[in-house]
Amino acid sequence: MLTIQEILETIKMIQEEHLDIRTITMGISLRDCAGGDVRSVCRSIYDKITRLAGNLVPTGEAIAREYGIPIVNKRISVTPISLVAEYDHTEDYLRVAETLDRAAAEVGVNFIGGYSALVHKGSTGGDNVLINSIPAALAGTERVCASVNVATTKAGINMDAVALMGRIIKETAARTADRDGLGCAKLVVFANVPEDNPFMAGAFHGVGEPESVINVGVSGPGVVKRAVEQAGNCDFGTLAETVKKTAFKITRMGELVGRAAAARLGVPFGIVDISLAPTPAVGDSVAEILEAMGLARCGTHGTTAALALLNDAVKKGGAMASSYVGGLSGAFIPVSEDAGMMRAAVEGALGLDKLEAMTCVCSVGLDMIAVPGDTSAETISAIIADEAAIGVVNQKTTAVRIIPAPGKKVGDYVEFGGLLGRAPVMPVHSFSAAAFIKRGGRIPAPIHSLSN
Amino acid sequence: MKYLDTTENRGKRIIITVIGPDRVGIIAGVTGILAENNINILDISQTIMQEFLVMVLIADMEKSKIDLLALKDRLSIKGDELGVRIEAQHEDAFKFMHRV
Repeated sequence: MLTIQEILETIKMIQEEHLDIRTITMGISLRDCAGGDVRSVCRSIYDKITRLAGNLVPTGEAIAREYGIPIVNKRISVTPISLVAEYDHTEDYLRVAETLDRAAAEVGVNFIGGYSALVHKGSTGGDNVLINSIPAALAGTERVCASVNVATTKAGINMDAVALMGRIIKETAARTADRDGLGCAKLVVFANVPEDNPFMAGAFHGVGEPESVINVGVSGPGVVKRAVEQAGNCDFGTLAETVKKTAFKITRMGELVGRAAAARLGVPFGIVDISLAPTPAVGDSVAEILEAMGLARCGTHGTTAALALLNDAVKKGGAMASSYVGGLSGAFIPVSEDAGMMRAAVEGALGLDKLEAMTCVCSVGLDMIAVPGDTSAETISAIIADEAAIGVVNQKTTAVRIIPAPGKKVGDYVEFGGLLGRAPVMPVHSFSAAAFIKRGGRIPAPIHSLSN
Repeated sequence: MKYLDTTENRGKRIIITVIGPDRVGIIAGVTGILAENNINILDISQTIMQEFLVMVLIADMEKSKIDLLALKDRLSIKGDELGVRIEAQHEDAFKFMHRV
């Protein structure tokens, strides 16, 4: 029996604590669009996306109103374009990027993910063409997001791809220099990438996925923060229990919306990604949850332990609330998109090294971090290699979304606006890793990958 | 709120919440709109929270003349008139969160 208190709790979560559904992402397979010349590929891609996702935005809006829960983003993920366009041996992948951009605009979604390549063990000719076209594609389109998987626990780390991605990130920044290197905010380098992640910029529709699917990403750091504050001065067991219960409630909303959206659009329901996804809004911050646990600032000693507790409790609560949990499912720590992270970075409490440590115990990686414009490609590659190593050895997803902001130095800011937020430029180590990165080849898979 | 436990009319029930400073005519305003549109009220409860009136109505839209989105618009206009915030939501938004 529902009580008035329960009804008010839900209302309060939505109205005061920023509970929302962060994204409904429709995954669309483009495998049947391959074949023929690049023009016919593009035509098939455009037709298929606009046909399947034509009702995505109105359906999302109707669900949001009926249930009274905001659905912030409606998005699309597609089969990695490296697999779709390779058939033609074309050098003209930009045309495909523009097609994706047009299709996304037509159906009214703000991002479309899948300008992607999976090269964890090595790359094909088509993979290389795609990766090399990323800077131009991200500079020349508005909505397209790119990602490259460079490592898995089973394959090890493709260090050639890691070296290449350092240069690609630099070039992407250069090509979008007039917008503080915005292109880099739409480019993610992964280890152990999930194939059903609904969150941008790293979403794509994996090869094992069905024709079309609905995946949902929830949010709710503000709700967790309030619950932690209300729990007061309790011990860690009680604290974890509080987070768990709250995560359960948040995830149920995602499950409800995902099922409703899938049923109305006539496609299967895939997964709920239970990640705590912050926004730049004050009070909607993962860092502030850690601070509510008793840290004076996120980034100080104790932060990794606090984040580990949070991440684990979110998973335990979320896993019980949804029939299918997937995607990244943890806590995000994007610096520019989280007001508390940003404040900690500005005040010097939070640096790259601590962020790297935090990625060992939470869902993604070094996310939305601005570094000086003169950071070398090799240094960026080395940062990627470190993150990939954490992912590969710990059998988890890690990622790097880093912006070497052109012309900016430590103490400056980059401004991306909207959900991408604003970030202080953070220092990197000045000692070179160039000779290490130059070796090339592949770092072998760890011993515990031999699990058969 | 005993009606929420029954399984009949599942999927047709909505929860209307009114939050704001108390004044004459709030219940009349809301229930008037529901009556006009043939929406049956199953339960009403109210409480005072930090000097605000909080009223929760459970209603059945089975025989309603209008759909939920249209009803929301009308309630919202009435809420502006009365100086309170009126929301109407499908009951699943609450049941899913609080009941396994």
